[in-house]
Amino acid sequence: MTQETTIPKISIQNLTKYFGAKLILHSVNLDVQLHEVVCLIGASGSGKSTLLRCINRLFPFDYGRILLDGVDIEGEEMTDNKLRKRIGIVFQSYNLFPHMTVLNNITLAPRKVHGISRQEAEMQARDMLGLFGLQDHAESYPDRLSGGQQQRVAIVRAMVTNPDVLLLDEVTAALDPELIGGVLNIIRDLKNKGMTMVIVTHEMGFARDVADRVCFLDEGRILEEGSPARLLTRPEHLRTRQFLQRIIEAGRL
Amino acid sequence: MESIDIQSSDMNEPPPPKVPTQRERIIPALVSVVSTGIFLVLAVWFVSSSEQWPAVQKQFFSWEAMKESFPDVARGFWLNLKLFFIAEIFITIFSLLLAVVRSLKSPIATPIRFAAILFVDAVRGVPALLLILLLGFGIPALKLPGFPSSAMFWGTVALVVSYSAYTSEVYRAGMEAVHNSQQAAARALGLSYWQTLRYAIIPQAVRNVLPALLNGAVSLQKDVALLSVIGVREAVRASQIYTARTFNYSSLIVAAILFLLASVPLARFTDRIAQRDQERRLQRTR
Repeated sequence: MTQETTIPKISIQNLTKYFGAKLILHSVNLDVQLHEVVCLIGASGSGKSTLLRCINRLFPFDYGRILLDGVDIEGEEMTDNKLRKRIGIVFQSYNLFPHMTVLNNITLAPRKVHGISRQEAEMQARDMLGLFGLQDHAESYPDRLSGGQQQRVAIVRAMVTNPDVLLLDEVTAALDPELIGGVLNIIRDLKNKGMTMVIVTHEMGFARDVADRVCFLDEGRILEEGSPARLLTRPEHLRTRQFLQRIIEAGRL
Repeated sequence: MESIDIQSSDMNEPPPPKVPTQRERIIPALVSVVSTGIFLVLAVWFVSSSEQWPAVQKQFFSWEAMKESFPDVARGFWLNLKLFFIAEIFITIFSLLLAVVRSLKSPIATPIRFAAILFVDAVRGVPALLLILLLGFGIPALKLPGFPSSAMFWGTVALVVSYSAYTSEVYRAGMEAVHNSQQAAARALGLSYWQTLRYAIIPQAVRNVLPALLNGAVSLQKDVALLSVIGVREAVRASQIYTARTFNYSSLIVAAILFLLASVPLARFTDRIAQRDQERRLQRTR
């Protein structure tokens, strides 16, 4: 409760977004503190991914505000590029650049956006690939790697510029079950190092393990939020219970 | 006992890849050679059975006339090649620029985007030949100060203009085929719109359409001959001059052979690039 006096890392206030006439996010309020890991869960189409993409302004929104360290991300002093230098995102389908080697994928933003020399950027990138067990793949093209390796490269790419916040959008959803573990371990490591993260996931076991807080989204609202231990075992809302029941039936909890 | 059995079957070497027999390899090749041979013999017999063939042979396939016209036609063809290379360079740059301008979404870019659309529509609606006549004869007549006044210069400009309009559509298709998620990824890394185009979208777009671009080059290589209508002494013009002087058309055959010699390798090269591209895609899905 002491955190209430500090400025949250991210503060989402009354966020409302439409796609055409369809309401996607309905007055969403969410504060994420420094070093906090928040997991967003909910059925497909509940607005989780959209919420994530609003945070780094990949999607515009209709009403409400998002503050990063108390600064409005739509304000005068915050350009898209400044914002995206501080918020990294990893996508479900990796979205690596297929025409570039792993090393170039990772060093593109440091070199072109952050103005770091190629030599220095490559050194950083190789160090980080080493940490993620990918040192042998620096010169490979993404399509030579397994899905799990590609996703780890994508995480390195997002992390190499030292963002304040990392957004993870269903990063294990496209992976074979035996490859999920490696990616989740990396995210656990990042949490232990104090990374602030907002994670959209369907892996309830992982959410329970890594999240400080879990938010259940339903039809564009945060219907319920709480500690993973509480929300995943004793959900208050009927909808949350139904959702978790379906997940259990699918064998994912 | 059973476990030993399993082990021994595991240790069995798999048979080596099957090698086709001599027969399986030779027969298809033989069939294609024989059928091609029969077809050619029939074609030659059919054409030469025409009553007019001896006359046509003298008019079009006279070895003497071919030898005599060769130096002039070859000199003209050298000009074809030079114009082709120069035009191709400008087309590659200009059409990419057009495609990029058309892809701009910012409202402030509306006038240039609109201009690009208008340009492409207008140019594609006019036959290339007409464009060459208009620019090649029209602009030199204006005697614009500071501009070259040669028909060859403006004829080449007309070719560049005409081909750029088509090629820009090829580029545009290639850019649209790059998945949106690539743009999202680049933007999310903090790359500006231009950097996103430069490093993420355009390299992939060019890869997507490289066979189509090379196909355009093969086509341009021959369309340079259209400049003959405004008096540029390239290969076709040179052979027509010989024809007008001697009433023998063999020089046209010389020009045709030269065009073939240049375009067939280019076409094969295009095929190879397309094939390599296909193999790469297949590997990707594996």
